[in-house]
Amino acid sequence: MRLTAGIDVGSAYTKVVLAPSAPRTGGDGAPAGTAVIPSGYDFARAAERGLAAALDAAGLSRDDVEYVAATGYGRYMVPFRDLAVTELTCHAYAAHRLFPSVRSVLDVGGQTVKAIRLGEGGRVKAFRLNDKCAAGSGAFLEKTMRYLGYGAADIASLAGDATSPVTVSSVCAVFAESEVINHLTDGRGAEDICAGAVLALAERAAQVFKRVRPAPEFALTGGLVRVPLLRRALEKALGLTFQADPGDLGVYAGAVGAALLGRERLHKRIAQRPA
Amino acid sequence: MSAALVGGVDVGSTQTKAVVMDDTRVAGRAIVDTGARLTEAAGAAFRQALDAAGAGEADVACVIGTGYGRFRVAFGHAQVTEISCHARGAVYLFPGTRSVLDIGGQDTKAIRVSETGQVLDFCMNDKCSAGTGRFLGAASQALELPLGELGPLALRAKNPVTMTTTCTVFAESEILGWLARGRKTEDVLAGVHAAIASRSLALLRRVGIEPEITFTGGVARNVAMVKLLADLTGVPLNVGEDSHYCGAIGAALYALDRVLVGAEAGAGSS
Repeated sequence: MRLTAGIDVGSAYTKVVLAPSAPRTGGDGAPAGTAVIPSGYDFARAAERGLAAALDAAGLSRDDVEYVAATGYGRYMVPFRDLAVTELTCHAYAAHRLFPSVRSVLDVGGQTVKAIRLGEGGRVKAFRLNDKCAAGSGAFLEKTMRYLGYGAADIASLAGDATSPVTVSSVCAVFAESEVINHLTDGRGAEDICAGAVLALAERAAQVFKRVRPAPEFALTGGLVRVPLLRRALEKALGLTFQADPGDLGVYAGAVGAALLGRERLHKRIAQRPA
Repeated sequence: MSAALVGGVDVGSTQTKAVVMDDTRVAGRAIVDTGARLTEAAGAAFRQALDAAGAGEADVACVIGTGYGRFRVAFGHAQVTEISCHARGAVYLFPGTRSVLDIGGQDTKAIRVSETGQVLDFCMNDKCSAGTGRFLGAASQALELPLGELGPLALRAKNPVTMTTTCTVFAESEILGWLARGRKTEDVLAGVHAAIASRSLALLRRVGIEPEITFTGGVARNVAMVKLLADLTGVPLNVGEDSHYCGAIGAALYALDRVLVGAEAGAGSS
């Protein structure tokens, strides 16, 4: 199978989506393979390993990959890229293709919260990022989990078991961490602390989303999309409902956008090639 | 030893400092990592300071707690804010002090003080950890170097980078980014120090810089920060052996006040 790879080298995780390169007539269909791995400090290696993992999972080989589109914080560190696209463009385009009727998308990732209002064809009309401050980003939640002795994968289940979430009042992610430690010292349960951290995160992320003056319909993407409490808290804070994620690809939104934009670029290149 | 000793315990976000004073002389000092158990850290630091002074708890007439965890000093007779204690301590250490810059583990304070150590104005980073000791902590983690080596290494920089992020969390990624682009560790570190210095200077300007400036807190032990701040302000900064204990010393001096005015009638209560 001829493939186009979308690689989203995020500050925390590298996400890879493999899309069949052949032009199709129907919808986008399911990707041929996906992978998510920690980025670490060597982004080139993360991209290499992420791509290998996605190919392995799909039972495909490196020779099948004919085009690579990179996005995310480390996109220029991917030595084998054919194209580099900003993550905003990728996220907007992915949201447009994954949720065709959506006009506003909120992405909560490892270090960044992105709020995007979409224009025609999935172009970016307005956006807000927490580009100066990590408040409201996943970094704080991940550190909290580490203190509690859990991993990022446990957030959904742990927060789901909370009975009386703690209050985290600090805005700064560093100060919020100290608050979490205090709650731990006070003997509060891991479930309640985890849920408190999720609620604090939702509150900060909601502030970012409000600033793009979101218009219906709405979608939620990013690494934390699989945490039901975050979704519920955001919906409550914003007074709206996010569309369900049909293919469960919200986690990979940046990579999906890169793969789809890469594929279009590839088709254009093939069309322009002299016969 | 007579029961004329006083104590000051400064429970900071990162380290807990304790001093025992015999009148206005520092008789014993100790520092421990605060960790998650603030009450235990306060007790351990105080006991170590007592040991260093060759004294026991019975010799101490009054103890005052200060810092972020001041209400966790279970044996303290009262609490005083760290702003007041740093002001008082700085004027004790350097009588010519009119401005105090305290850079601690999680906060940075600029204080303008009177000649008697009263707070005239102050400014601190209460909402954001950028430009605090944590920024150096992030660098220490990202570069896998002990905190104590950062300053001397930064002084060797020939071509410092310019840090573009404000946020402490993002700084760690930016540091790795600079290294990935092949910049030297010392040049990256010099950029980190410059970022902290410029934010500290902004805080100082908000309260009005008036020499002499006394530099306190854990970061005052960092030679590169001392040099950068002196370059930026145009005046040398007062830094001494006891700069790190400034808040605890201030607290002990407030304890001494209480003993002198006989306010400590119910000594021994917790």
